[in-house]
Amino acid sequence: MIPSRITEVFDDGPAFIPYLTAGDPTFEESIEYVEALARGGADIIELGLPFSEPIAEGPTIQHAIARSLSGGMTPARFFEFAERLDVDVPLVCMTYYNLIYQYGQREGPEPFVERAAAAGIDGFVVPDLPAEEADPLRAACDAFDRDLIFIVAPTTPEDRLAELLERTSGYVYVQARLGVTGARSDVSEQTSSGLERLEAYDLPAAVGFGISTGEQASEIVAAGADGIIVGSALVDIVADGAETESTESTAEIAARLEEKARELAEGTAVSMQSPPRSERT
Amino acid sequence: MSTAKFGEYGGQYVPEALMPAIEELTDAYERYVLDNEDGFMDEFRERLREFGGRPTPLQHAEQLSERYETNVYLKREDLVHGGAHKLNNALGQVLLAKYMGKERIIAETGAGQHGTATAMAAAHLDMPCEIYMGRTDTNRQRPNVFRMRLNGAEVTPVDVGRGTLKEAISQTMRDWAKTVETTHYVIGSVVGPHPFPKMVRDFQSVISEETRQQLREQTGQLPSSVIACAGGGSNTMGSFHKFVDDDVSLFAVEAGGSSLAVDEERGVAPNSASLTTGTEGVLHGARTKILQDMDGQIMESHSVSAGLDYAGVGPELAHLVETGRITPATVEDDDALSAFHRLSQTEGIIPALETAHAIAWLEDATAEQLGDRVVLTVSGRGDKDLETVLEETAARDIPDGPDMDVFSRNGGINE
Repeated sequence: MIPSRITEVFDDGPAFIPYLTAGDPTFEESIEYVEALARGGADIIELGLPFSEPIAEGPTIQHAIARSLSGGMTPARFFEFAERLDVDVPLVCMTYYNLIYQYGQREGPEPFVERAAAAGIDGFVVPDLPAEEADPLRAACDAFDRDLIFIVAPTTPEDRLAELLERTSGYVYVQARLGVTGARSDVSEQTSSGLERLEAYDLPAAVGFGISTGEQASEIVAAGADGIIVGSALVDIVADGAETESTESTAEIAARLEEKARELAEGTAVSMQSPPRSERT
Repeated sequence: MSTAKFGEYGGQYVPEALMPAIEELTDAYERYVLDNEDGFMDEFRERLREFGGRPTPLQHAEQLSERYETNVYLKREDLVHGGAHKLNNALGQVLLAKYMGKERIIAETGAGQHGTATAMAAAHLDMPCEIYMGRTDTNRQRPNVFRMRLNGAEVTPVDVGRGTLKEAISQTMRDWAKTVETTHYVIGSVVGPHPFPKMVRDFQSVISEETRQQLREQTGQLPSSVIACAGGGSNTMGSFHKFVDDDVSLFAVEAGGSSLAVDEERGVAPNSASLTTGTEGVLHGARTKILQDMDGQIMESHSVSAGLDYAGVGPELAHLVETGRITPATVEDDDALSAFHRLSQTEGIIPALETAHAIAWLEDATAEQLGDRVVLTVSGRGDKDLETVLEETAARDIPDGPDMDVFSRNGGINE
């Protein structure tokens, strides 16, 4: 298999993968915010295409999705958004299956993947699509050389893990703890055990759910992660700016996002002094 | 082994974190429900009898029979403990959770009937219970909120979106994703990922099982037609399941709301008629018929009945409608309200607003459609809907309604 733009990123060391909901709070502001993440050192950017029933998201991203939808975001606008972005890193579309399935006049996921590929989207994360239902989307991704990234949960048993990773390309999204998305001050012990069982597989492992500081990013990379995914901590900054009483300009919010991205990117690059996993008791 | 699909519908579209729980539940469903392991089904049936008050009567409704010139039989699920068919499923699932060793029950509710039934079943079986309910629904179904609290359940209002059932379901799935190792999610209808649509149908099929036996005893025959209201579809599938393979006409009556027209631009459907106006898509864990816009965003649905106000429907129902086995029909809000009053006056039964939709459709049905032995399921009693009916009847001109002049604007009766 030819390495994708996404897999190549991991050849240069641990990757920092930020998430923002596209179009939050408006199309134009969101363009500036996503570009700020790239300036801050993002290696891959996950862009949320909002769905009205985001069952895997916590309150922070639910609100971002509501803002984006009320600002008029649609799949068609999302592709325009991706095309407008002036960033030089791979883009991953994170959305729910119904939007992928409904797109275009033909039934099934292919029209969506075809259009996404043309818009410069490199891969997909679909939280409500387990491996059992994913063959049509996997086939569409193969047809257009795109990556399909699956989430591995702390509850995923070994036999499912193998089946799931067989369909995964790009990287595997390691869910750090049970629950929905959202920033946390603690990083679960579930992370280390989650990473350990992926060692046998030849896929980069990026950890998400709950990471909010550069220090946490370092710890997780030290624990063996090939990348860290940060969503809610960044969306919180966008939310601050979207509040009616906010006096911050779009440029000021973008600067804060860039600064936060830099902290997280540096945290990802500098792994904390920690003995290799094999030497730990 | 039971498959996860009904034709193209059904499946399991849930976050990976929930998949092991869904597999565990599928295994438990097959062992305990299908194979009666450890006598599960025996205990379920006994509790349905002793706690639930089953069997419910199949009543020959004299005034309705006269009005529609046929024999109308009412399957009285309003007489189940708690006042609705919902207890059949809630009791089954809470008992199953107990057999599975789960420690906590969560559920979502629209009209409050499923929440009430779950709270009762959880109290009966000594399990802690939390119910999610859209903020709009907590306001329009206050008596049921209080009943859940009386039974010791936590009731958590959901503020996102329009604050109705679909938001409550999404929120309950989020809770489940966090607590899946110790918690069972009692889904309230034949919706959601496999095995829920089949399992809920099986628990509810006691309705059609009893109907079959009771009508045979009364007439020696099967019904010519069965009519049931359809929101998510648990009352519908429960009323139909044991007749699907027979020569019996099956009519699922949906909420036509204020209109069957759909506003694509604003993403609003002024109805909840997923079988009639919906299109194929994926919502809350299953591929089924849903109310969605051109982009696949879920529409805000509407019905005067909170219990029917949902943008999706069970996948098995979608399949049976598509294959022509079930005929869908719709009834608008005003006609349902009118039927609510009519049944109350003519038979002395105050029906749930959900049921009133099925009653109303009798006005539209032809003699040929109905045949001479019509069974209509009274899915629940209308006590929970009295505030809504009072307001809605006062606000517009509802035929068959009582004289509303005796009610003052603040809802009290003028002396």
